[in-house]
Amino acid sequence: MPSVLIPGVLRAEAGGVSRLEVSADGSLRAVLDELGERWPRLERRIRDESGALRRYVNVYVDGEDCRRSGGLDAPVPSAAEIQVLPSIAGG
Amino acid sequence: MTHMLAIGTQKGLFLATSDDRRSWRVSSAHFPGHAIYAVAFDTRGPVPRVLAGVDSSHFGPSVLISEDLGETWQEPEAAPLAFPAGTDAAVERVWQIAPAGPLEPGVVYAGTQPSALWRSSDGGRTYELIRALWDHPHRPEWGAGYGGQAIHTILPHPADPDRILVAMSAGGVYRTADGGETWAAANRGIKAYFLPDPWPEFGQCVHKVARDAADPDRYYAQNHHGVYRSTDGGDSWESIAGGLPSDFGFPMAAHPSRGGTIWNFPLVSDGERQPVDLECRVFRSDDGGETWQPQHKGLPDGPYYPVVLRDALCTDDGAPAGVYFGTRAGEVFASADEGETWSTVAAHLPDVLCVRAAGV
Repeated sequence: MPSVLIPGVLRAEAGGVSRLEVSADGSLRAVLDELGERWPRLERRIRDESGALRRYVNVYVDGEDCRRSGGLDAPVPSAAEIQVLPSIAGG
Repeated sequence: MTHMLAIGTQKGLFLATSDDRRSWRVSSAHFPGHAIYAVAFDTRGPVPRVLAGVDSSHFGPSVLISEDLGETWQEPEAAPLAFPAGTDAAVERVWQIAPAGPLEPGVVYAGTQPSALWRSSDGGRTYELIRALWDHPHRPEWGAGYGGQAIHTILPHPADPDRILVAMSAGGVYRTADGGETWAAANRGIKAYFLPDPWPEFGQCVHKVARDAADPDRYYAQNHHGVYRSTDGGDSWESIAGGLPSDFGFPMAAHPSRGGTIWNFPLVSDGERQPVDLECRVFRSDDGGETWQPQHKGLPDGPYYPVVLRDALCTDDGAPAGVYFGTRAGEVFASADEGETWSTVAAHLPDVLCVRAAGV
């Protein structure tokens, strides 16, 4: 069962926890779809309504930047650890 | 009565309160680090409500509502504004939140980047895209200014819910008379000096439009060069820039109850965005823009460089009217006497993006 690590600034949208277990695996898209069903306020901070990852949010699957491994199609093994991190941005 | 001034900045929302509109208590930042491009008071119901467009540079935009003057904020589980499937668009920023007139107590409009108009019938919690404007055949040709392509002005008619006027940067003024089913450009007489044809049907870069308090068919518009008045509901526009020291600027605000009285903050030019003569002055007209008078008593002396953005000048609903403005230098000024004298509400805030005031 994959787990999703939640950064501190988003934990309020995930019931205050730092780690969520999800049942979906196979692709990052499937994981985010499940987040959207169960924690919609969290998911829309990671993806916009067109389905695209937000520009300044980085998602790593087992330490690999998803943007270098297929984006939303990045493979997610059943025991994967998915880390959501805000990128360096802002002023 | 308590007066409340909402100050949206690049890095948070500040709520200031006053009993006399001269001395103010300013809150710490709500939503610290988030840009607040739009804020509104909705005083139509039994309790005053504050609606804020909250924009995270990382995590996107949202609209949050407080029904206890900022003590707590609510956000729905589902996104308040979301483009429907098939549009292949995403809300980038909420630029305007506008409660409708008294005939529609639950209706709130929102304007976004990209240029889209949204209607809420549940008090501003959730919104639906007004499809006819999104599908308008002009939309592919709407441009984008430095601030992006956005509907930043929404003026629902106070007595006729079917009539709404909106404005967008590098698109112009549009209006509907059938509740949003059909939309037409309304820019006749407004110059677009930056286009090969300076008098196009649309494409003008409107910065702000205000509606006259006494005559709902009378509008005042500050454009990207050009200050205009319409006395026929937007059918045509005529220049009222002659009495101002410059025709460039961003905001335009109207008196809450007296017709013909408006305020403006002129800047030198597009290429020289600073107050004319480096003086911190608001200009007021009491005759619909025919003549203008500077107002600066109590405002900073000496060379003054900061600018006032399109939504950072407003009036309240008091009598006499209060006038407020904030600058990109993080200063906020208030007048309790229609601009005759000014006091400082706050300084050293982040860049002020918008201000709104109401008696609460």
